[in-house]
Amino acid sequence: MLKFENVTKIYQNSSERMKSIALDGVSFEIEKGEFISVVGKSGAGKTTLLKLVLLEERPTQGMIFFKGIDINRLKSTEIPLLRRKIGVVFQDYKLLSSKNTFENIAYVMEVTGASDKEIKRDVPIVLEIVGLGKKAKNFPDELSAREKQRAAIARALIHRPDIILADEPTGNLDPYNTSEIIKLFLKINEMGTTIILATHNKEVIKIVKKRVITLENGKIIRDDKNGHFIL
Amino acid sequence: MDILSFDIFLTLKRIFLAGWRNFLRDGGPSIATIFVILIPVALLSSLLIFKEANRVLISTLQEKADVSVYFKVETKEEEILYLKDELSKIPEVKEIKYISKEEALQNFIQRHGENQTLMEALREVGKNPFFASLSIKAWQASQYETISKFFDNSNFKDQIEKIDYYERKSLIENIFTLTSNINKAGITLFILMSILALLITFNTIRLSIIKQREEIRIQKLVGASNWFIRGPFFVQGAISGILSALICILFFALLFYFLDPRLKNFFPEFPLLLYFKTQIWILFLIQLLIGTTIGTISSLLAIRKYLEV
Repeated sequence: MLKFENVTKIYQNSSERMKSIALDGVSFEIEKGEFISVVGKSGAGKTTLLKLVLLEERPTQGMIFFKGIDINRLKSTEIPLLRRKIGVVFQDYKLLSSKNTFENIAYVMEVTGASDKEIKRDVPIVLEIVGLGKKAKNFPDELSAREKQRAAIARALIHRPDIILADEPTGNLDPYNTSEIIKLFLKINEMGTTIILATHNKEVIKIVKKRVITLENGKIIRDDKNGHFIL
Repeated sequence: MDILSFDIFLTLKRIFLAGWRNFLRDGGPSIATIFVILIPVALLSSLLIFKEANRVLISTLQEKADVSVYFKVETKEEEILYLKDELSKIPEVKEIKYISKEEALQNFIQRHGENQTLMEALREVGKNPFFASLSIKAWQASQYETISKFFDNSNFKDQIEKIDYYERKSLIENIFTLTSNINKAGITLFILMSILALLITFNTIRLSIIKQREEIRIQKLVGASNWFIRGPFFVQGAISGILSALICILFFALLFYFLDPRLKNFFPEFPLLLYFKTQIWILFLIQLLIGTTIGTISSLLAIRKYLEV
């Protein structure tokens, strides 16, 4: 499904000529239907890794394959097509502030060319799944952190992506809500969607109990099949 | 990754709806944009109507223009009538009319009979001060030159008191120069105003885009294509242009409705309102074209740099 081959990402500050290595020779492979947690301290390279999959950033070296396609060779017109196969949950939610919950989720379907009928049918179902059935008409400003995160999750899964990337999805939540959200991800994974979850929260790993990739200073220091969080 | 499965009409519908929402949400700046685009739209429309009015004015003047040849007092009527026959053989001549001294006097009295001062002056002179004349009309204004040359070379040269062609010629030429200057100034102003409107619309839409920069970024990250994001801004610009054209045509209709009766008094040859009515669609089309061109080009320019995610 997803394969990193010796991927390095170096950020260069052009004015000060400072180099910062975000990822350093990272290689791993993820099979369809897997649930991977990527852990590490802040700055370990977790977010960069997700950004590379989404083509928000390009690797300095190495290759990334998504379903056998080298994504760095995609033309700019093909990038949206790749992104439509990926669902993303950002730590800061990134909901469209001018659209209400329903419209935010419907937008992803509109982008993929779904019909109005499909949108009317699917969005309420997904809103029910994430527990936001009664918040469809509310705008992001009117939602709590927990509700925003749930809306973001609904948006990430509405178009049945091949893979969902979640970057610190519980970063702004209390332990109770954290466990609730993680259980939601597990449920989505059970339905067949591959999930990559970046986190620095030990509790999350304890709940998930699945494969854990540990990053430190941009390198993979551990790839554990059975969920341990050791730093 | 199949792009062909896209329903193009559905996508267009969504782009149009999003553009309309953008337009409504922007409120004040949207209205400002409409009125800024309105300036070059109205300017060019006025120029087109002015050009037509000018054409009518010139042809009216040419129609009215004639060459009047005044004969010295001692010239005999037979000689003048002979000349009239000769003249009618020239192909450039459309019409010749002989006006005798008496007729000229009668015409004058008829026209100015109520003007005491003039009548008094006429009595003071004691005799008929008018000359017999031939009034000659040509088919085209340019032909008057040929006709007047005929007199210069003819045997009658000595019997001619004066030819009053040149005065009118300079009047027509003056109008030509004046209107061509007004046209030039109008077109320059139109170009300047178009650039100004382009810049202001560009700025309005750019502000709207900057406000939505983060949203555009999110839209790109969830897989929206550039056209799906650019489209609504494009539509927003077009809506401003269309509304400008609509306001302009309504404004002109109202203005001409009230102006028409007044214009009839001193320029009856140009039926402003009638002309406007017959040309309304073509005029509206031109206005739409200018309005939407300014609106869409400026929005495309404005969004260009925010799509690189």
